[in-house]
Amino acid sequence: MKLPPVAYRCPESLDEAIALLAADDEAQILSGGQSLMPMLAFRLAAPSVLVDLRRVPGLDRIAIDAEGTHVGSRVTWRALERSHALAAAQPLLAAALPHIAHYQIRNRGTVGGSLAHADPAAELPAVALTLDATIEVAGPAGPRRIGAQDFFLGAMTTALEPGEIVTALHLPPAPATRRHGFEEFARRRGDFALAGIALSLDVTLPLDVTMARDRAAPRIEGARIAAFGIADVPLRLDAVEAALEGAVADASAVAAAEAACVASVTPDGDPSADAAYRRALLATLLGRALACALENPPAERAA
Amino acid sequence: MSRTVRFALNGVATALDVADRTTLADALRDGARLTGTHLGCEHGVCGACTVIVDGLAVRACLMLAVQADGADVVTVEGLAPRDGGLGALQQAFHEHHALQCGFCTPGILTTMHALLTEEPEADEARIRDVLSGNLCRCTGYLPIIAAVMAARGAYRREGVE
Ligand SMILES: Cc1cc2nc3c(=O)[nH]c(=O)nc-3n(C[C@H](O)[C@H](O)[C@H](O)COP(=O)(O)OP(=O)(O)OC[C@H]3O[C@@H](n4cnc5c(N)ncnc54)[C@H](O)[C@@H]3O)c2cc1C
Ligand code: FES
Ligand code: FES
Repeated sequence: MKLPPVAYRCPESLDEAIALLAADDEAQILSGGQSLMPMLAFRLAAPSVLVDLRRVPGLDRIAIDAEGTHVGSRVTWRALERSHALAAAQPLLAAALPHIAHYQIRNRGTVGGSLAHADPAAELPAVALTLDATIEVAGPAGPRRIGAQDFFLGAMTTALEPGEIVTALHLPPAPATRRHGFEEFARRRGDFALAGIALSLDVTLPLDVTMARDRAAPRIEGARIAAFGIADVPLRLDAVEAALEGAVADASAVAAAEAACVASVTPDGDPSADAAYRRALLATLLGRALACALENPPAERAA
Repeated sequence: MSRTVRFALNGVATALDVADRTTLADALRDGARLTGTHLGCEHGVCGACTVIVDGLAVRACLMLAVQADGADVVTVEGLAPRDGGLGALQQAFHEHHALQCGFCTPGILTTMHALLTEEPEADEARIRDVLSGNLCRCTGYLPIIAAVMAARGAYRREGVE
């Protein structure tokens, strides 16, 4: 369908954007447009005015330092894919990127748009949850920071107050030894996932080398696992994380994780995939992501 | 509201009067009368409307015409040489029977032109991955992949415009 009538504004500063949003309850932010334009075409959204962030300075910055990785809200999937520094600093995010939509959509879709849109099957919210990310926002009441665990409240519902703009995503630094796994299943390449897993963990050797051989085996520590596409928000798999804490880092851990997943997760079903199928799928994806993380020690990478 | 947008369209300075809500695809088809840009789904799924904006392949149905102000826009009409005939990629599509009804073809040509211009070494896996953003109901895709593979040489040699 053609878009409903809507006006367009293209502010030159963050303050101007905030003022435009504050002046009109029906105003809506336009970033990459790769989710909002389809919503307009389906007439699921009918804002009075679109406030395009493309000329707001500073929102397209990627900065990596000892404090972590800063990704401005207007950074596109394409810009992330082409940043070697990002791939080195945030391998889990880099692993998720090729699964997000298609080439042409990645050329325009943005980080801030994905976070604010909060699609339950989107990759970035799950990655943000796994990595303990912080979402930086600005609004009429000034800037604030929201932890990823407090940001996603429901399907397409976030902790953003009316008139607030996502300005950046901040990811804490990952030690070079940390391991990651990312798996999803979609019916066709680029479609939203039926289910997916993002995880990170450390594999450590016990310090006491005099211990019995099996006790000296490398062990899993600090696993953080998020599932997406199975509920209206990305979910941390606490029971699976607990089952893995201190487990010997081998195939037995993979089996234990899959069992804990099946026992603890109750996915939503829908006509495209019922709950039982989604649970089995999720456990399989979890097993694959975990095996990948355990089998592939991280390559030496820049801090 | 309506306003005038100015952009380079296939190398020619162009000004179009558009309403704010007009998509770039509608502005190209109805305003500039370049109907090579096809509209299939109008919500980002099929890829038929793909055009090249500032060197990047994008969905023209998911972009407002006003957002193209000041940009360099190339449509399928811009892929053929000015003096007539076919561009290298178009010629390869012709030789490999990479189209049947042709509805998807403009979007695939623009997408693959942008890809090969930037990545003339793209391998088959990369081409298949990128092609996943374009739906074709006729060909079964294999002749399209063969044509794109065959056209790569021309992009390596001359950096085709
Ligand atoms: C065919 C297709 C397949 C796709 N597949 C996937 C997929 O597999 N995985 C996936 O994650 N995504 C997918 N997408 C969506 C795509 O990744 C979008 O780019 C992304 O979800 C939204 O980013 P955007 O910049 O395009 O946001 P927009 O469409 O511009 O905005 C989306 C929403 O967020 C709000 N918003 C935007 N920016 C901000 C901001 N800075 N602050 C506050 N609110 C803001 C808007 O008002 C709007 O409500 C797909 C899209 C299409 C068309
Ligand atoms: S018409 Fe634009 S993607 Fe289908
Ligand atoms: S040739 Fe008919 S849709 Fe592709």
